[in-house]
Amino acid sequence: MAGDILVVAEHSDGAVKRPSLEALTCAAGLAGSLGGSVTALVAGPGAADAASACGAHGAAKVLTLDVDVADTNAWAAAVAGVATEASPALVLFSHTARGKDLAPRVAGKLDRPLASDCTELSVDGGAVVARRPVYAGKALVNVSASGTLLATLRPNAVPATENAAAGETSAADVKAPEKGLGAVLAEIVAAASEKIELTEAAVVVSGGRGLKEAANFNLVEDLAAALGGAVGASRAVVDAGWRPHTEQVGQTGKTVSPNLYIAIAISGAIQHLAGMRTSNYIVAINKDPEAPIFKVADYGIVGDAFEVVPRLTEAVKAAAAAG
Amino acid sequence: MNIVVCIKRVPATDTRIKVGADGTSIDETQVESIISPYDEFAVEAALQLKEAAGAGEVTVVSLGPAETTKELRTCLAMGADKAVLLKDGDAAKRDAQTTAAALAACISGLNADLVLCGKQAVDRDQGQVGTLLAAKLGLPCVTEIKKLEVADGKATVERAGDGGTTETWNVTLPAVLTTTKGLNEPRYAGLKGIMAAKKKPIEEVDAALDDAHITVKSLELPPPRREGRIIGEGPDAVDELMRLLREEAKVL
Repeated sequence: MAGDILVVAEHSDGAVKRPSLEALTCAAGLAGSLGGSVTALVAGPGAADAASACGAHGAAKVLTLDVDVADTNAWAAAVAGVATEASPALVLFSHTARGKDLAPRVAGKLDRPLASDCTELSVDGGAVVARRPVYAGKALVNVSASGTLLATLRPNAVPATENAAAGETSAADVKAPEKGLGAVLAEIVAAASEKIELTEAAVVVSGGRGLKEAANFNLVEDLAAALGGAVGASRAVVDAGWRPHTEQVGQTGKTVSPNLYIAIAISGAIQHLAGMRTSNYIVAINKDPEAPIFKVADYGIVGDAFEVVPRLTEAVKAAAAAG
Repeated sequence: MNIVVCIKRVPATDTRIKVGADGTSIDETQVESIISPYDEFAVEAALQLKEAAGAGEVTVVSLGPAETTKELRTCLAMGADKAVLLKDGDAAKRDAQTTAAALAACISGLNADLVLCGKQAVDRDQGQVGTLLAAKLGLPCVTEIKKLEVADGKATVERAGDGGTTETWNVTLPAVLTTTKGLNEPRYAGLKGIMAAKKKPIEEVDAALDDAHITVKSLELPPPRREGRIIGEGPDAVDELMRLLREEAKVL
């Protein structure tokens, strides 16, 4: 129906991922304004177990897709099939590693527009308006389309809340309509340790060239571990080969929006600031009081990272131990 | 091997963005342009494949204003063989769908074994055109690749998956692959390349775009952040920081 919303919810063995709970929460709010309802689409092993969490976050209905999620093209075809039947106002994904790969495939199959990496969705005159950063967050656009719009929602942009008003959830199966084209996932190699996805982390601790050498990144890693956060890096240290490209924060790296961002020995080039300026709280530790990072830091400490950071890590650990 | 690379002319990454008079696009006066950085990885990958094979042709295609010949000339100076400019002066018509359609119409006639695009252009940051192009061409697509090997009509690629995983994909060519940082180090065009590029052809075609599927209602600058605040100097400031994080920010 015209006011309905489909949410492609990701889960791991039935545990719905937080960015998907955020998308469901966002969709539930929009559906209220549009006079429609939210249907969650879940796929992969354990999909049936994901139904109750989807229901608790606003889905009135849950469809389980019988599809191999390693085959993104087949997954996209299944989602597109449901969307064609439903002709909803919005098909919403999370802007996660999977979501941002999947959504354009669905857009291609439906030949419908997609607003990527949205930070806010609203309803204006009965149509969905998507607000999304452009130029790495140096500007924002508000976009809309007539007919079904697709969107991916940036993690940490909308808090996930339970919606007690959600009605009974009914689950139904959808069979995969096609096999994927000639791209086959051959192997998945796990990281040495389970990593928190940088773009989804509530806390990000990043290091820059002021740390002098790659080995000194243990200061950053220790603080991130104490805070349960992810490690980020400036472009300079990634280009120097100290850290992997996947950790780069900024215009040619990742845009992050955590609750707390701690910049250690990062001066704050415009491209870096673009990638983290929407963080809720920013802490900067830098020797140079004139460093541009202090212009955006809620809490700046002028000082030597080698002295300040270990003290901070100890304080965080002590606070955690004290409960 | 015939390799086609799609590039986009974008504002340099150190540009300070100002809202244009129309309220829906940026003020482009005094803005330096560059090849979108992710596209440079695609150009470099194509050149490396051609060099390794000792044969083949690299064609660079771009949809954009007439001035895009500057960026295309740079690709030719890096070592690409020829370029096609799909000229279109109206940026408002160029959304992901119309761009992919225009590129597909051109590329379908180029007999490509492989099409490479940057994972996203750093102006609109949509990350869609490569995937949509693949859909229009009916080709397989793997996005955000950080490693690429080609042998016997097949590509083996790596990309970052969820939670720090690395995925390996086997892809039957022809295919569309989108490139990200880490794939290679794009070369600089040397003087010899710049001289050689002057003699290489850039075919200019008027792009006939449909109306955009998506309407930009407004473009605005983000709200200013709270004024920055320095709370102290040296390790002694940590106690105050902890207090603020606990009591004011409430993030601990």
